[in-house]
Amino acid sequence: MFTIVKKMNLSHDVYWMDIDAPYIARKAQPGQFVILRTGRMGERIPLTIADSDREAGTISLVFQEVGKSTMLMGALKQGDNLDDVVGPLGLPSHIEKLGLVVIVGGGIGIAPVHPIARGFKEAGSKVISILGARSKDLLIMEDEMVKASTEVKVCTDDGSYGQQGFVTNVLEGLIEEGSPIDMVVAIGPVPMMAAVSKLTKPYGIKTMVSLNPIMVDGTGMCGACRVTVGGKIKFACVDGPDFDGHEVDFAELRLRQRMYLSEERDAIETLTYVSE
Amino acid sequence: MTDTNNTTPKKEKVPRQPMPEQPAGERQKNFDEVPYGYTPETAMLEASRCIQCKKPRCVAGCPVGIDIPGFIKAIEVGDFPESIRILKDSNALPAVCGRVCPQEDQCEILCVLSVKQDPVAIGRLERFAADWEREHGEVKLPEVAPPTGKKVAVVGAGPAGLTVAGDLIVKGHEVTVFEALHKPGGVLVYGIPEFRLPNEIVEFEIKNLENLGVKVINNIVVGKTFTIPELMEEEGFDAVFLGVGAGLPMFMGIPGENLNGVYSANEYLTRSNLMGGYDFPRYDTPLKRGKKVAIIGGGNVAMDSARTAKRLGAESIVVYRRSKKEMPARIEEIHHAEEEGIDFHFLTAPVRILGNEDGAVIGMECLTMELGEPDDSGRRRPVPIKGSEYILDVDVVIVSVGTGSNPLLTKSTPGLELNKWDYIVADQKTGVTSIPGVYAGGDIVRGAATVILAMGDGRMASGAMHRYLMGEPEPADAPEES
Repeated sequence: MFTIVKKMNLSHDVYWMDIDAPYIARKAQPGQFVILRTGRMGERIPLTIADSDREAGTISLVFQEVGKSTMLMGALKQGDNLDDVVGPLGLPSHIEKLGLVVIVGGGIGIAPVHPIARGFKEAGSKVISILGARSKDLLIMEDEMVKASTEVKVCTDDGSYGQQGFVTNVLEGLIEEGSPIDMVVAIGPVPMMAAVSKLTKPYGIKTMVSLNPIMVDGTGMCGACRVTVGGKIKFACVDGPDFDGHEVDFAELRLRQRMYLSEERDAIETLTYVSE
Repeated sequence: MTDTNNTTPKKEKVPRQPMPEQPAGERQKNFDEVPYGYTPETAMLEASRCIQCKKPRCVAGCPVGIDIPGFIKAIEVGDFPESIRILKDSNALPAVCGRVCPQEDQCEILCVLSVKQDPVAIGRLERFAADWEREHGEVKLPEVAPPTGKKVAVVGAGPAGLTVAGDLIVKGHEVTVFEALHKPGGVLVYGIPEFRLPNEIVEFEIKNLENLGVKVINNIVVGKTFTIPELMEEEGFDAVFLGVGAGLPMFMGIPGENLNGVYSANEYLTRSNLMGGYDFPRYDTPLKRGKKVAIIGGGNVAMDSARTAKRLGAESIVVYRRSKKEMPARIEEIHHAEEEGIDFHFLTAPVRILGNEDGAVIGMECLTMELGEPDDSGRRRPVPIKGSEYILDVDVVIVSVGTGSNPLLTKSTPGLELNKWDYIVADQKTGVTSIPGVYAGGDIVRGAATVILAMGDGRMASGAMHRYLMGEPEPADAPEES
């Protein structure tokens, strides 16, 4: 059984959960993910591991309520159990000592980017983190990112906190200042990762992104998560989830992520019906 | 009648008993099992057709060596508990094998009766005995030997792994099966649809193994959660069996293959069978049902996909680049598919898949083929006919052109020898790999094959593993019994 040992609300529909999963905690590395099911009739949902504690035997997950499954998960309380959690899946992020790494986290993408920032800092790199959110109340994990980085820059779409604008505006500022950036790691919504990759490409700055296509088994068996990288088909679950942002076909990824939009709406309707 | 020396004339008069089944018109609307199974009377009558050969050729055709005349004799005399006991001596999953084994190519093809008439329906009788036991709640567990103190890890709860687990538990070893998915059974639960093999039956067979003492732990991906060296050095397993299958889906490399609505057969069947997608939104996993579905390929998996699509309300078309004669699927499956109104486009190859601005499939361009000279596989090579392109207006495409070795486990295991297709190199008589104490069998050794061949590999490996664990020598190659 995978018990929820802690649950916190990070912003209005974004939650943090610590889950008792000692085997996974023992192995989890930055960039890896788990697949979980909330119940017997539930679907398998992939979530990036935001943190792990080997001693406590827990892994931390951050998720936003967007569809039926995440809503069901959001309704779970501390002490409840998840039916299934499997992992750690995917390849770990490649972390090494570099001069300057810019970490870009957008929305709930800040959660998976957090252990990567910490990893680079612990390896001895200078880490500038750029955190973006639509508005101040949607910004998560700022304190943790301050600890995991050398410097943090915050921006919001509406200017309610930090600099007004997008993460790309802040990143462009850094590049134009002439900061010698060795690598950019960007995790967030697909349009954000696409925009960051587009920005850095002409400068030749290596840019890693973490892709989150629809997935089923997560072990390379179904091919649902196929993405085109450098003109070749890759399975994000076993070949990724990290890929070179300059090589990713983001337009295709965006379309594939939207495959079940109408089914998602039907599923949410049945959820309302059940809860009434 | 001239050659009736071994048989009585009476027996020859009984024809092979037909299998009662759900009418095609009804079953194409539901996921209930197609064949109903024999009644005790029909089973006894069919069993009476077996002439009890002294040197039964059928047994030689069975990869796990079931005492076929023995279990059939018990059915003939109405001793059903005895028949299932005999079956279980050599087969941990009789209800599964009775349903999905290609009996017509293995045991039944060798039946002496088939020279003059139809062979004994061995598979149907096997199914009958297993179903009778389950339905009568009189499951007798085989005797378990005293504990040996040895621990065995089985990686993958599919047919090969479950066979090894069943064999080694009765020999007194402690057996733990690690399964990556949330449910054990492997291809039996994610791949084969309910109408051919109800999940409930697989669950029952696995429950029997658990009752014998086999531990099944789901949600463990060996290669990720644990590596093989960790299992052996830290978790204390004395031997490991790798039965992880070969599930990496292949695609054709044609334009449009990543459009929304293009599935690998593995994904399509997993969503439907394992995740209950055929019952969405009651189950949470969605599945594109489509109005018109094209299934590319000619194997059993293609037939399963086509029949699933039909049941989900679509017009279902199998697109195969050779002719019906070359199709690798079982004749019975092709026949069932035809009865259910699946359309077949033979000598047809897809060229590209067409999509709209939302990235959804709106059609598939095909090319008509003709058969040329035989290729490496011995089948006549399909050759495109120039200018024969046409568009099939489908909205879902299921690619069922085979699977390959999944690198997840094999690449994370130092010292494990692989062949050039990345399958595990294992001894053909023992399943032993390049790592001492590590054995392998099933699709990860032989490439995509059948349930029963995987079970045969499991049977062979379990014998060798037992000898290894007990420090017994491998028997020298014994000469054939004369």
